[in-house]
Amino acid sequence: MAVALEKSAPVAGVRRVGRRTVVAAILAAWLLLFVVLRGKQTLTLAAADLTDLHRWFNDVNDSIGADRNSNPLFLYFFNEIRLVIDNLVTFVQHLISQPPAGRPVPQIGWLGVVGIAGYVSWAVGNWRVALLAVAGFTFLGLQGLWQESMDTLSLTLSAVLVALLFAIPLGVGAGLSERFNRIVTPFLDFMQTMPTFVYLAPLTLFFLIGGASATIATVIYAAPPAIRITAHAIRSVPETTVEAAESLGATRRQALLKVLLPMSKRTVVMGVNQSIMAALAMVTIAALIDAPGLGKTVVQALQSLDVGTAFNAGLAIVVMAIVLDRVTTAAGAREETARRSKNRLLTWRRPLLGVGAVVTAVLVYLSHTYVWAAEFPGEGSIGGSIASAADTVTAWVQDNLSGLTNAFRDGITNGLLNPLQTLLTDSPWWLVGAVLIALGAVLGGWRAGVTTAVCVGLLVGTGLWSDAMTTLASTLVATVLVMLLGIVLGVWMGRSMLVDRLLRPSLDAAQVMPPFVYLVPFLALFGATRFTAIVAAVVYAVPVAIKIIADGVRAVPGTTVEAAVSAGCNTWQIITKVQLPMSCGALTLATNQGLIYVLSMVVVGGLVGAGALGYDVVAGFSQGQLYGKGLAAGLAIVLLGVMFDRITQAAARRASA
Amino acid sequence: MAAQVRQWRTGTVGAAVVTVLGLTLTACGGAKVGDDSAGSGSPGKCGTFNLAVNPWVGYEADAAVVAYVAQKDLGCTVKKKDLKEEIAWQGFGTGEVDTVLENWGHDDLKKKYITQQKTAVSAGSTGNKGIIGWYVPPWLAKAHPDITDWKNLNKYASEFRTSESGGKGQLLDGDPSYVTNDAALVTNLKLDFKVVYAGSETALIQSFRKAEKNREWVIGYFYEPQWFLSEVPLVKVNLPAYTTGCDADAAKIACDYPVYDLDKIVSVKFAKSGSPAYRLVKNFTWTNDDQNTVAKYIAVDKMSPEAAAKKWVEANRDKVDAWLK
Repeated sequence: MAVALEKSAPVAGVRRVGRRTVVAAILAAWLLLFVVLRGKQTLTLAAADLTDLHRWFNDVNDSIGADRNSNPLFLYFFNEIRLVIDNLVTFVQHLISQPPAGRPVPQIGWLGVVGIAGYVSWAVGNWRVALLAVAGFTFLGLQGLWQESMDTLSLTLSAVLVALLFAIPLGVGAGLSERFNRIVTPFLDFMQTMPTFVYLAPLTLFFLIGGASATIATVIYAAPPAIRITAHAIRSVPETTVEAAESLGATRRQALLKVLLPMSKRTVVMGVNQSIMAALAMVTIAALIDAPGLGKTVVQALQSLDVGTAFNAGLAIVVMAIVLDRVTTAAGAREETARRSKNRLLTWRRPLLGVGAVVTAVLVYLSHTYVWAAEFPGEGSIGGSIASAADTVTAWVQDNLSGLTNAFRDGITNGLLNPLQTLLTDSPWWLVGAVLIALGAVLGGWRAGVTTAVCVGLLVGTGLWSDAMTTLASTLVATVLVMLLGIVLGVWMGRSMLVDRLLRPSLDAAQVMPPFVYLVPFLALFGATRFTAIVAAVVYAVPVAIKIIADGVRAVPGTTVEAAVSAGCNTWQIITKVQLPMSCGALTLATNQGLIYVLSMVVVGGLVGAGALGYDVVAGFSQGQLYGKGLAAGLAIVLLGVMFDRITQAAARRASA
Repeated sequence: MAAQVRQWRTGTVGAAVVTVLGLTLTACGGAKVGDDSAGSGSPGKCGTFNLAVNPWVGYEADAAVVAYVAQKDLGCTVKKKDLKEEIAWQGFGTGEVDTVLENWGHDDLKKKYITQQKTAVSAGSTGNKGIIGWYVPPWLAKAHPDITDWKNLNKYASEFRTSESGGKGQLLDGDPSYVTNDAALVTNLKLDFKVVYAGSETALIQSFRKAEKNREWVIGYFYEPQWFLSEVPLVKVNLPAYTTGCDADAAKIACDYPVYDLDKIVSVKFAKSGSPAYRLVKNFTWTNDDQNTVAKYIAVDKMSPEAAAKKWVEANRDKVDAWLK
């Protein structure tokens, strides 16, 4: 054992040094060739110019639009889907948010909804989350956003329901069969990285304007996490258990229904949770095709730069997300807690549930019948105060910090972003492509190299090479900032439970708060620049990096840290010599996730001056003749995402091996 | 211990039941849903009127007033749909959109939906004059009056440099759905500027607002009628005058934008329906000042669109009556 260790250590050392030298050599060669070949074969394309591919996309789009009333595919397929989903959405809306025909208010008023929320949370979780649910929902009403919130809730619930209908069977399939999993994964990647803006316009073409299109857009984005997590849950059921069931004579079907599914139930509930969170992230985007709810308030407030109102609505989304997140998490953990607690409480549970049901039914009846229980009382004055407080804070920050922030912006832009962007966009495309492929192969192995080569080829094919390289430069800078912040805060959080408890809620909020809300203050601070886009991306991506790194640091065995302390290491040495090197896997994973999250913000960046691919996508959504180009830009973003995901994952596997 | 828990639990249940009972009892006096369903004015023969609302405040003002009149005077059920232009026009064919109230040129959309697909027709002018051009903040025009002539722009180019413009002056453009020739203009007028795309109207307005407040150098695309001009009266820079046909070749444009006659577009089906809402849309005209007033109510005074429309309609009953004839 000891001999083996001694033998392998120097070999690994040589290999690592070797890899570093190779990377350095590649970069040096790039710089050298850049100086010689600068500005040649850069494949630039002006903002209004199109390639044949873009025009072809346009033609396809037009021809679909032109014969949608005669095409049988529409009449018998898309229209049917639309009808079913539209009915589902309208049904839920009539229950809680929109008045059905003949009634001035929805079937169930606020008191009933609050009652149901409390009762369901208690039944599937515990009384603590029930209290949270009641408080959270009441707060939405006090914000003056009851109806908007219920619209958002009905859309979210419908979308998650539809998503799970597909996601659970697909997830089970992917969990049972490695081959099926390998087929599904690229599609899931595609669904998650393709910017929503790209398919919003085509969706309205297929499914018309309104609830159905908004729901389907949300389903596309919300299903992949549920599929992945379900598959993961099935896969992590111990093989011995399944074998035991099979040796007792269970059929495959029985093994699935009686062993695999029950045993993975807890993790599947986590998938539902992730699905809900993803659906809520789509609220503002779906508002662009007339989805009702809080997103609409955010988008409209933004037109007149009304940060306060936008923040108030954004906060309502955060509150709803926190309630739904905690309730589903508690639901996932409930059975385990119940098993551990004494049986005596369980005997009381049934009658209590019955009583609760009766109370809820009475509340629902009241809210159905009486106006005071149907319409949320009061003017929502809390919302007004929140809005004006947010305005005040924004104004103060804008007035007092903009000098500082400009210096910071110019420093990063001139020192880091511009040189990197010049290097990427002014080098010939084949040189950058070769460097990317070489780096992919060296860092991630030959498989990653091949993936990179394919992606580079397709990127050239999209006709947007130069824009892709501009976006790449911003993405890399943003990822570097994410990792810097992530390491500092992640290590701090990982070392102290108190810091963790203080920071975690704001991290959750930063992930769920629609980016549209903080764009206006950021614009005031940094102007319409690429840097503003970078800051917005960092805010969105840094929470996930922090959480992963904190977990990694916490996973370092306490005994190792104690040994280092007793050997006389100070805090700095413990962090740099023990905790960080030992959480290397977590760091690579954080980089991977950070990059993917940053890429998902490219389009939002396009709204605040980042230009390049983000702008192309937004333009494609806004102008008919740029539709094809927007689609190509969306594909380019997916390609960048796939390329970096594969390289960093392969690198992570090597690092942990 | 267990007994204590049990007692506590029964206690809560008791309390809950009592509360609910109490609520039910007090509720007996409350107003029942549907009691006042008579409402104001039964829905007339107008039926449902689908009105697209494109994402800028001026349009919202148009839509607010038309919707208010259609609802109050004609008894229509107005369905407002928040959509971008391209998507709104798409809705003409599927019957989901009846009217787009403020169309800015958009010859491409006219060609596609009016000429080719024949799902839409123009319903005449809104009376608004759309002016597009390059604007500078008021402080700059005051400090350097000659800046409003494009010939002097190169003199100041270096002042407009930013981190985004690569050593040239920055000309800021906004939302990608704007009608713009700026890239061609910069080239053809041999200006030492680079067009930088802010990407959204929000970004554009925030840039101008900040520039006026901190006396920064900014020049960019903007348009009238626009509520923001009542907050910061931007000054237009004169480009070579527009002459008919000077914008025929997109790549060679070297003249100012034409003054757009903003018009209303309706679906063919709606135009033939004989709905009183169609007559309202057809007759609807007002001035840039009218629109700016309502837009200011919404954007600056933060009134709801309905309240803003009500205020304007009550003050301008004569104009509204003319639309209803």
